[in-house]
Amino acid sequence: MTAAELHQTLRRLQEPKGYFFNTDMSMTTPLLESLLINKERYGYMACPCRLASGDRETDRDIVCPCVYREPDVAEFGACFCGLYVSREYNEGKTVRHTVPERRPAELVLAALGL
Amino acid sequence: MPTDKDITIYALSTCIHCKKAKEYLDECAVPYECVHVDQLTGDERKAAIEAVKKLNPSVSFPTLQIGDAVVVGFNQAEIDKALGK
Repeated sequence: MTAAELHQTLRRLQEPKGYFFNTDMSMTTPLLESLLINKERYGYMACPCRLASGDRETDRDIVCPCVYREPDVAEFGACFCGLYVSREYNEGKTVRHTVPERRPAELVLAALGL
Repeated sequence: MPTDKDITIYALSTCIHCKKAKEYLDECAVPYECVHVDQLTGDERKAAIEAVKKLNPSVSFPTLQIGDAVVVGFNQAEIDKALGK
């Protein structure tokens, strides 16, 4: 599957839920390509901007769409990696921030066996 | 831009913010070391994660060490400040 095919497939599923792909394709295309890389590497689409452990169960909160997407898009208009955004974000109606990591550090460390 | 600061960016090869942060450092023409933690294994990976954890307890990426300053995420203003621009 190519990034373009993934884009089309996921759009149909996610837009009805109120999650839109970032119209900045210099973000979206590489992120979709990275999801495909992670699918190849780990067997699941781990978030491209988080260090996956390689264990699906431990990483289930960061399998895209991650569990943090909802609160991040609600608060910042974008998810942590910038793939999913709100309608207003794409319309330039929100101030764009660096989205901080919402995943608890202890979960990150536990997942990495530290 | 010459700088006397040691710069290390802890990054993920799949992360767009890491890529854009590196592109910005290239734009600033400052020398830096890039550690792609997701491509490391074994003790090297563990040591890199420990290093990130010391700088950034959230262990998120990118984490940049610019001299004594630490910048978490791709934040251009903070990078400029740390570079003394």
